[in-house]
Amino acid sequence: MTRRLPSTTRAKLPGIVGVAVLLAVWQLVCLGGLVPRYMLPSPVDVVTAFVEDAPALWENLLITLQEAFLGLAIGILVGFVFAVAMDAFDILYKIFYPILVITQTIPTVAIAPLLVLWFGYEMTPKVILVVLVTFFPVAVGLLDGFRGVDPDAVGLLRSMGAGWWQIFRYLKCPWALPQFFSGLRIAAAYSMVGAVISEWLGGFGGLGVYMTRVKKAFAFDKMFAVIFLISALSLALMALVGWLERRCMPYRRVDEKKRRT
Amino acid sequence: MEKLEVRNVSLAFGDKQVLRDVSLYLKQGELVCLLGVSGGGKTTLFNVISGLLRPDEGQVFLDGEEVTGQPGRISYMLQKDLLLPYRTIQDNVALPLMLRGVKKKEARAQAVALFPQFGLEGTETLWPGQLSGGMRQRAALLRTYLFSQNVALLDEPFSALDTLTKGAVHEWYLKVMDEIRLSTLFITHDIDEAILLSDRIYLLMDGRMGEEIVVDAPRPRHVEFNLTPEFLAYKRRILAALHGKG
Repeated sequence: MTRRLPSTTRAKLPGIVGVAVLLAVWQLVCLGGLVPRYMLPSPVDVVTAFVEDAPALWENLLITLQEAFLGLAIGILVGFVFAVAMDAFDILYKIFYPILVITQTIPTVAIAPLLVLWFGYEMTPKVILVVLVTFFPVAVGLLDGFRGVDPDAVGLLRSMGAGWWQIFRYLKCPWALPQFFSGLRIAAAYSMVGAVISEWLGGFGGLGVYMTRVKKAFAFDKMFAVIFLISALSLALMALVGWLERRCMPYRRVDEKKRRT
Repeated sequence: MEKLEVRNVSLAFGDKQVLRDVSLYLKQGELVCLLGVSGGGKTTLFNVISGLLRPDEGQVFLDGEEVTGQPGRISYMLQKDLLLPYRTIQDNVALPLMLRGVKKKEARAQAVALFPQFGLEGTETLWPGQLSGGMRQRAALLRTYLFSQNVALLDEPFSALDTLTKGAVHEWYLKVMDEIRLSTLFITHDIDEAILLSDRIYLLMDGRMGEEIVVDAPRPRHVEFNLTPEFLAYKRRILAALHGKG
């Protein structure tokens, strides 16, 4: 029977079974009364809460998604500008690389309240936080890609009379695509988490705000519903990046096929 | 006037003298080989001729015009085929035209028109990863040819191929060369290859120009030429010159 399944599904089968078993055990633990229901709702309770709360979730979801997407888009842009500048001028690389690393050691939770104080309770501080957490993986990925270009390939293009812009366009950018996408995948996951965290620390709407609200009401089932929604969204976003990656790099499928045979 | 002329080129990297007073010339349609051991300065000389490196002393002339330190005038095929993995074969081959500002469609059309002559038909929309080493080499050669039909520098164009493939590629290469008569200067450390393909052979040793050997065997040559006494006489002469004029 398994032979009829497409190879990708077959490869993912153990993972799917693992998650299913985990959920089943959880449900049994709750049914058996090992943990009081108000502390740990069963998966069925969570699904029920999710369905009942759907309109409120949807409304808040839109806000969070907006922040995450806007932040991610600006983050990609900023990361790109940094990577190009640092690749083109070695002195900029030496100046900015340590600074970039330092920005990543500052815990998000610590600066989010500051951002709220500076920029208010509206969307701005959330978007800024998402930019802060997403530009770094994009910048580093791109930079590694640019720097990994075969110097002989640069020599070849120069011998054909190519200038800086042509080398950038025909060589460096496409060459850096794989690393860019690895960075983007991480950035996409960070963008959701970043938006939610910044909402926790002050705001009028969004999944993070909703989460603090249901927490205060001790509505554990609703909290779990939000948690699942957020992780599902992160997964969907990463899948979207994966799809984009395959679209942009069709030649990689050939390499993969070769490696498998 | 020679097609290409290199006059008294010297170049040092730090205190290591890589090229010492090297001069050579290439006539229209000639196939000339630069033979020498690895690390003898052959690739550096090519980097100078192609304009990627500026020599400390000396000049390079193309059709009598000085082109020292000016890239973009002479076709240069580096040791690796350097086909870009993210471009299809036709787009790889058409790259030099696109760099010159030819529209994508037009550049592709010009490239694809030459595919049959180079034995590349059917590979237009494939990725480099799908081609064998010999086919990739052909594509790289066509790309070199499309850049300029003037002078081509080929740095060990066949060194990555295994011996059996090499024989077939040599045969093919000689046939194509007879058709397109591209003025070519190529590097090799394979003596057999040098004698089989060249009109003349320059020996470059330790950055200094050694003996020049004219191979005046008739064309078209075939791989069987390697087995004739004439061929062995050339080989003996080159070996003697390479091993301290013994």
